[in-house]
Amino acid sequence: MKQRCSIRISGFGGQGIVLSGYIVGKAASLHDKKNSAFTQSYGPEARGGACSACVVIEEGKISYPLVKNADFLIVLSKEGYEKYSDKVTAEGLTFVDSDLVSGALVDNQKVFGIPATRLAESMGKKIVANIIMLGFFTAVTGVISKEAMIESIKTSVKKSFIDINLKAFARGCEHAATIRGQE
Amino acid sequence: MEIRSRGIRKSIVSERHYRDRTSILVGEHFWQGDIAIAEGAIAADCRFFAGYPITPASEIAERMSLRLPFIGGVYIQLEDELASMAAILGASWTGTKAMTATSGPGLSLMLENFGLGIMTETPCVIVNVQRGSPSTGLPTFFGQADMMQARWGSHGDYEVIALAPSSAQECFDFTITAFNLSEKYRLPVFILTDGLVGHMTEKVVVPSPSEIKVFGRRKTKKPPQEYLPYEPEADLVPQMANFGEGYRLHTTGLTHDERGYPDMTIGTQDRLIRRLMNKIRQNADDIIIVEEKDIEDADVVVVSYGVTSRVVPSAVEKAKRDGIKIGQLRLITVWPFPEKRISELSEKVKAWVVPEINLGQIVREVERSVGKRSKVALVSHAGGDVHDPEDIYKVIKEVIQ
Repeated sequence: MKQRCSIRISGFGGQGIVLSGYIVGKAASLHDKKNSAFTQSYGPEARGGACSACVVIEEGKISYPLVKNADFLIVLSKEGYEKYSDKVTAEGLTFVDSDLVSGALVDNQKVFGIPATRLAESMGKKIVANIIMLGFFTAVTGVISKEAMIESIKTSVKKSFIDINLKAFARGCEHAATIRGQE
Repeated sequence: MEIRSRGIRKSIVSERHYRDRTSILVGEHFWQGDIAIAEGAIAADCRFFAGYPITPASEIAERMSLRLPFIGGVYIQLEDELASMAAILGASWTGTKAMTATSGPGLSLMLENFGLGIMTETPCVIVNVQRGSPSTGLPTFFGQADMMQARWGSHGDYEVIALAPSSAQECFDFTITAFNLSEKYRLPVFILTDGLVGHMTEKVVVPSPSEIKVFGRRKTKKPPQEYLPYEPEADLVPQMANFGEGYRLHTTGLTHDERGYPDMTIGTQDRLIRRLMNKIRQNADDIIIVEEKDIEDADVVVVSYGVTSRVVPSAVEKAKRDGIKIGQLRLITVWPFPEKRISELSEKVKAWVVPEINLGQIVREVERSVGKRSKVALVSHAGGDVHDPEDIYKVIKEVIQ
């Protein structure tokens, strides 16, 4: 991993975009013992529209805390993809909900796809699509350790929802394995 | 231990166990700047908060409303900012450390009673999480354009203390410093942060209570019959007594003598105003905190404060690669302004670069301190975002040529 790495998560307000950013930031900062800065949408888009959350992770002290072009883009809506797909670094990787983001060309090289919302629905809880996405992202990139993510999820969601979220995270990780299998 | 910022009612339930804990949440946390300010205040023994919610400062009030009831404190949401400021002054005179938090539009309303706090020498802390302005401006974006409002916003002649944190950790640390300075010098102290720092979530390490230095109230040891509420000590600050402790106390916004009674004469005005100013001016070296980097033998020095300090390093690194001898000076206390230090450095420094998210406020203080000895260049920004480091770099290149 590079010295500094930046992640942008985008989707509709309500898909758990801000929570996802918080979980990633907390995992990196408190559990992987690096430094992270998490910023989020505060305008009306946080309640609908193209909401975004950004996380900067660094081994050392973070000077510049904002994200312009992200090393990793995670998108859960078409609108989010249209808004941010070109704001990715040259070596950057994009992760999309392949059912919701129809415009993205999934090649599993630069753009990775997972039907996160459909998988979440099959688990009986559509709202955990964001966590499935995070599981997929974590397993493919290894930017954050799985253990750190699990700890972070446990302390970031309501107690009665911990189990379903951990299952969703595992489901996302499994899906990454199937992609590797294809290669 | 974390509290999500949404769903207040649910959070209160999860907060119940605070009753059994010490009030300081020792350990590592992933907190917003706003939360860190609230926790810093609690660590500094603040037990009264009055306020009126406003973006981007509302999370401070929210956190205080969740925390204070469980640690022997009081939280009140008032009808407006005028009342909020009045309430914290009143609370402080009961011996309780008090704070309020707002953004520019709210601060405009607080400033009348801020002046009362200056005149009555009431310790308290006022947080301004700056947003794009003037007027209601950019509620969900940030700015740094209230620097002069903090300095001169209330009527009359006075000195202020203001600190500018640039990270969540500093929000925690500097809030404690703000309380300490306000108790030591007996005046309302500002924390001038901004919407980006206030809303950004980062790691905050809360040290054990024994490692946190807290300056307590300067209570008088004199018996009531010998005590004069406004008789200054050697450092020009008078000792306090709380209302209701048997001391004869009177405090007023009118020009007053050492007994605290109105004495509207030219002589008393002269003595009082000079003392109020000098208690800060004469102790400026004790109050002022700056952070210097590579300042020795620098040809160019970049002066910054608050969130802008986090953009400066990338511009400075780039200039260094061009062989420019460049240093950084960060204002941790924006007020009082470190004019003595900048004046000293101006003997050697050839040019100063001042990036700020306004169209030129602190740059004037730098110019005043530098005089005609070296060049001073502003890198302005109207608000809503931080500078592009490239813009700062370009100005660095220009001034040195």
